[in-house]
Amino acid sequence: MTAAIEIQGVSKRFRLYHEKYTTLKERVLHAGHVPYEEFKALDSVTADIPSGQTVGILGRNGSGKSTLLKCIAGILQPTTGQVVVRGQVAAMLELGAGFQPELSGRDNVYLNGSLLGFSRKEIDRKFDEIVAFAELEAFIDNQVKYYSSGMYVRLGFAVAVSVEPDILLVDEVLAVGDERFQEKCMDRVRRFQEEGRTIVVVSHSPEMMRQICDQILVLDHGKLLTQAPPGEAIRTFRETLIDAGLLAPDTGEAAPATEAPVPPPRRRIEITGATVEHPGMGERPYLKTGEALTLRIDYRVHEATPGAVFSIAVLNVMDSIVFASRSAQLGEGVDLGPGAGSVTFVFDGVPLLDGAFKINLDVRDGSGTVLDLAEPAATFEVMNPTRATGVVALPMRVEVEAPSEGYLSAGRA
Amino acid sequence: MSTLSEAEATSAGDLAAEQEPAVVRALPGRREPAARVVAARVSLRVRLVELWRARELFVFLVRKDLKVRYKGSVLGIAWSLLNPAVMLLVYDIVFTRFLKAGFPDFALYLFSGLIVWNMFQTALTGSSSVIVANAGIVKKVSFPREILALSQVGTATMFFFFQAVVLVIFLAGFQLAPVWHLLPMLAFALLDLIVFSAALAVFLSAVTVYLRDVEHLILVLLLAWQWGIPMIYSWNQVSAGDHHWIGDLFLIDPLVPIVLTFQRVLYGLRTYTPAPNVVATVTSNYPITFLLELLVAVLVVSIVLFLIAMTIFGRLEGNFAEEL
Repeated sequence: MTAAIEIQGVSKRFRLYHEKYTTLKERVLHAGHVPYEEFKALDSVTADIPSGQTVGILGRNGSGKSTLLKCIAGILQPTTGQVVVRGQVAAMLELGAGFQPELSGRDNVYLNGSLLGFSRKEIDRKFDEIVAFAELEAFIDNQVKYYSSGMYVRLGFAVAVSVEPDILLVDEVLAVGDERFQEKCMDRVRRFQEEGRTIVVVSHSPEMMRQICDQILVLDHGKLLTQAPPGEAIRTFRETLIDAGLLAPDTGEAAPATEAPVPPPRRRIEITGATVEHPGMGERPYLKTGEALTLRIDYRVHEATPGAVFSIAVLNVMDSIVFASRSAQLGEGVDLGPGAGSVTFVFDGVPLLDGAFKINLDVRDGSGTVLDLAEPAATFEVMNPTRATGVVALPMRVEVEAPSEGYLSAGRA
Repeated sequence: MSTLSEAEATSAGDLAAEQEPAVVRALPGRREPAARVVAARVSLRVRLVELWRARELFVFLVRKDLKVRYKGSVLGIAWSLLNPAVMLLVYDIVFTRFLKAGFPDFALYLFSGLIVWNMFQTALTGSSSVIVANAGIVKKVSFPREILALSQVGTATMFFFFQAVVLVIFLAGFQLAPVWHLLPMLAFALLDLIVFSAALAVFLSAVTVYLRDVEHLILVLLLAWQWGIPMIYSWNQVSAGDHHWIGDLFLIDPLVPIVLTFQRVLYGLRTYTPAPNVVATVTSNYPITFLLELLVAVLVVSIVLFLIAMTIFGRLEGNFAEEL
């Protein structure tokens, strides 16, 4: 498999000036002592983008994802390193960039197509298709300055995708137009994929990427963290969010709550620890959707307590309860005598799709008085290796009953 | 304590299987595409090749420029001719009536030089601001940016031809004839003019991104430059008699041989009497071979300047997107 795009040790430094001097006079006056800070937008990024794949670039704001896309497009030149691009590229960084308001839609299609690097012949051949895709048949000879913003963007998109580049670079522009036009855009992207063209998408919507990407590059602070299939990459991306404090207010590692304020002065039962176990614990810090999870709670009973009940709650990053239950629902409360013990919750399969989760737990006596609690007692992460999006993996089968007649004629009747 | 449900547990394994491997298909009927390299330093040769590949874009940009400039004006292209026409009229009146320069057919002499100068001036004033003016596409679309500067030269060349049409009408109207057998020299001189303008245009367009006031500075420089070219005064006034060296000095300016050629071909060796009993040609009476040598020298210098300008442009281009 050949690489359509080879990113070879690409770094890009920007100078951030506190005050920018752009005239000769100012440059002379302030020669030699213009204060600036250097900012590394990209830091030796090396990656291959295989031909025919759809690859996403994911990262927080300021992580360098758009800079990398611009380097691939050739709009920015890397400070060091190089990008080798094989094939004709169409970059959709801004739809309708370079449209001349004074010119007609027709003239702009040619000018814009030509700017994107397509020959006059190609545009001639595709012209009708472009106009039809943009749904501007009636207005194509009007000046673009009389177009609505929707028409403007539709025409820009139509030009970029109709001329069939080998490599399509997209920067969060798929969300244009009304819902129906968006659907058309997605259809076009899928057709591109089927035709074996290479697509590079920049977005900060992990869910959109999960649906269309084969691989995702995750950038943080200009560094390439990983190049992986969507599930793993999105998990890595989430970690960068957590590191930046943008997600999950508490990420304390499975520490028993030492300063629980609620319980009465003398704890009759004390939670001394909580541990989470799942398959593959050694090599990865997360479980995959559907894998088993075991939560073990260690406790010490200081005073015999009849009918003790352990409750657990699983919370997502938004602190909403995803699941809550208590040991009593699964049987009766247990009478506990003094000493140390443990209680284990076993989930045979965790059907959660994706995210970081916390487990809160408490222990109460038979009357419902909280004896001790731990919030959070433990955390775990789920990586979703599938294309499904949402919250839970509902068990599903698909059955299609097709009519015996050709559905096309039936469907269009 | 047992599990909550058994049904939920089964789902994930199936889901994992859903992820299909990426299928790579060759695009039918497509040749192996050429690799393009994006790096801080791209060789001049590669950049010239990319420039050549974008020649259709050049045509579209020139066409756009002409369309946009005169869209919505009734007179259209005529506006571009009005300015030189008025200038011609004013100079003709001032120099033949008031200053009594005594050049025969002064308007033709003036026009033969002005047509060159107008092209040069239009190209330079247009290109000095062209990158800044097109910041929108420079920041969002990838194409050889030199094309923007060159398209301004292209537009200026189109104006040159519009004015040439006026010149032909003028010649026919006043029953004046150029030196027919020298006419092909005009093509050579025009080539020089285009390459020289292109060199300066490419250079200026890049520099203006960093030094915005160059756009205004260039207007001042052009004003001074214009008077350093023998278009209104005669070549004889520059280099007659003892001060021959001043004429040689003038020839350093690549525009001068071009203007002299145009005058020689269109105006010819008309004479006037600068002083009693002295007869001199208005334009230079250099031998044609010498003029040709000068044109060759200008072409060589212009090509070298163009390559230098392309190199400088390449160095400066890397930060365009940030500077704009």
